[in-house]
Amino acid sequence: MSMLDINDLNVWFGHGRDRVDAVKGATFTVARGESFGLVGESGSGKSTILRAISGLAPLWSGGMAVDGTALSKQRPKAFYKTVQMVFQDPYASLHPRHSVDQVLGETLHLHGFGDIDARVVKLLDDVGLGQKFRFRYPHQLSGGQRQRVAIARALAPEPELLLLDEPTSALDVSVQAEILNLLVDLRRDRGLTYVMVSHDLSVVGHMCERLAVMQNGQIVEIMGVETLRKMEAKHPYSQSLLAASV
Amino acid sequence: MADQTLRQWLLTDTPTSRRHAKLSAIYQGWLSFRGNTMAMIGLWILLALVGIAAFAPILSPHDPFVQDLGNRLAPLGTESHILGTDSLGRDILSRLIYGSRITLYIVALVALIAPVVGLLVGTVSGYVGGWVDVVLMRITDIFLAFPRLVLALAFVAALGAGIENAVLAISLTAWPPYARIARAETLTIRAADYISAIQLQGAGAMRIITRHIWPLCISSLIVRVTLDMAGIILAAAGLGFLGLGAQPPSPEWGAMISEGRRFILDHWWVATMPGLAIFTVSLAFNLLGDGLRDVLDPKGGE
Repeated sequence: MSMLDINDLNVWFGHGRDRVDAVKGATFTVARGESFGLVGESGSGKSTILRAISGLAPLWSGGMAVDGTALSKQRPKAFYKTVQMVFQDPYASLHPRHSVDQVLGETLHLHGFGDIDARVVKLLDDVGLGQKFRFRYPHQLSGGQRQRVAIARALAPEPELLLLDEPTSALDVSVQAEILNLLVDLRRDRGLTYVMVSHDLSVVGHMCERLAVMQNGQIVEIMGVETLRKMEAKHPYSQSLLAASV
Repeated sequence: MADQTLRQWLLTDTPTSRRHAKLSAIYQGWLSFRGNTMAMIGLWILLALVGIAAFAPILSPHDPFVQDLGNRLAPLGTESHILGTDSLGRDILSRLIYGSRITLYIVALVALIAPVVGLLVGTVSGYVGGWVDVVLMRITDIFLAFPRLVLALAFVAALGAGIENAVLAISLTAWPPYARIARAETLTIRAADYISAIQLQGAGAMRIITRHIWPLCISSLIVRVTLDMAGIILAAAGLGFLGLGAQPPSPEWGAMISEGRRFILDHWWVATMPGLAIFTVSLAFNLLGDGLRDVLDPKGGE
């Protein structure tokens, strides 16, 4: 059964003459437990698809269904218990005045959990941050540590579908590998489904089983990761993308 | 743990509980504030002002209301009137000491009303957007379009003369700039990823505004409020001068200046002494505001 069903999705910004179509007729499905990659250059609409799924881009048409439930414009609270997102820039996705404890505590509180203290401790352990980071503020953390906090926040409501918006592109290369391995481990341990956006084909090759190549708001090709490894892409744009990344 | 001093406990890198972390953060804020000499000077001046206001009856050498027409306009350094006397022979030092109460009252009331109203209007307007933004901002524009003193005059005329109503009127005319600042800050914060992130946790607008946007707007508002304090004290004095603020026998500093204005060429101290008092207090507020901003902004506090 598919975890995520996207059918002829259009997303746009602005009205009338200012209208910009960011995503045009995107269609794909992601099975439960699968890791699906979205690749393409900047401005190809891959992040916009994630924002539309999460409800942050309100102007869209077409069909989206998570776990068999069709999504409407207004997302119910239960939706956020199933779907969570990790943002690209960990320097922008944590509130500068909130400590790690506040960030995780508030998230748990919003989802109605009772044993907040125990859960904060467990979440920090799960993402490989010790207890000494619990009362730190974002400016006292490195980029990789911040991204671990952001991942912990996304895991707090125990979601099934995790949307990853270039989670490592703002990090140093050595830290990138750590975060990617953490994501691989978490997926294995928790049976998560990933939709991962990246412009880095090697990251997608490492993380995902299938991927969609996007260009100018359209999905030009969906292929398995073996096709990627064997460089057997059919669409000329995918071929050029592959050639450029070798 | 036993041989750990309180200081070490407060400065620890690894707080053991939420309360510990909070106390530690407060202590570290205090340390960085204490390192700012100018801010400490401001704080001491204001603490002194509070002390003077609290112990006015003990500190003042004379009754601020007793007139002595035989000894009017006595110069500085006159025996038992260090700062001289005013046009009715009242001791200026005593009047300044009692006036500190009124000044504190004005400052406290304005600081409670204007920035809070401004913050509320500005952040709601900026965050909600749409027609709410349009309505609230047009109301703000209407308030901004009037000269402040004229609008305050209208309010006082409607509410009745007196220092409370004057302060209320000043607060009602002072909030629009705060609303504008808060809205501008909100617009830059609204699109940030950390706001998107909390929206993805299902947080409502009220929670996002009060818990996530306010903490980021407050530091710039505090600085603006402390910078405005001098103007607010003077506006209260201006209303007093027009007979709509502090009423005559009351030793309000602004009213004392406008009273002494008539003698400024021959008896300069009558207007200068309360002027110096207003200057000192305004300066103290500015210094304190600068220091507070540094403490309230953890990014700048390193």
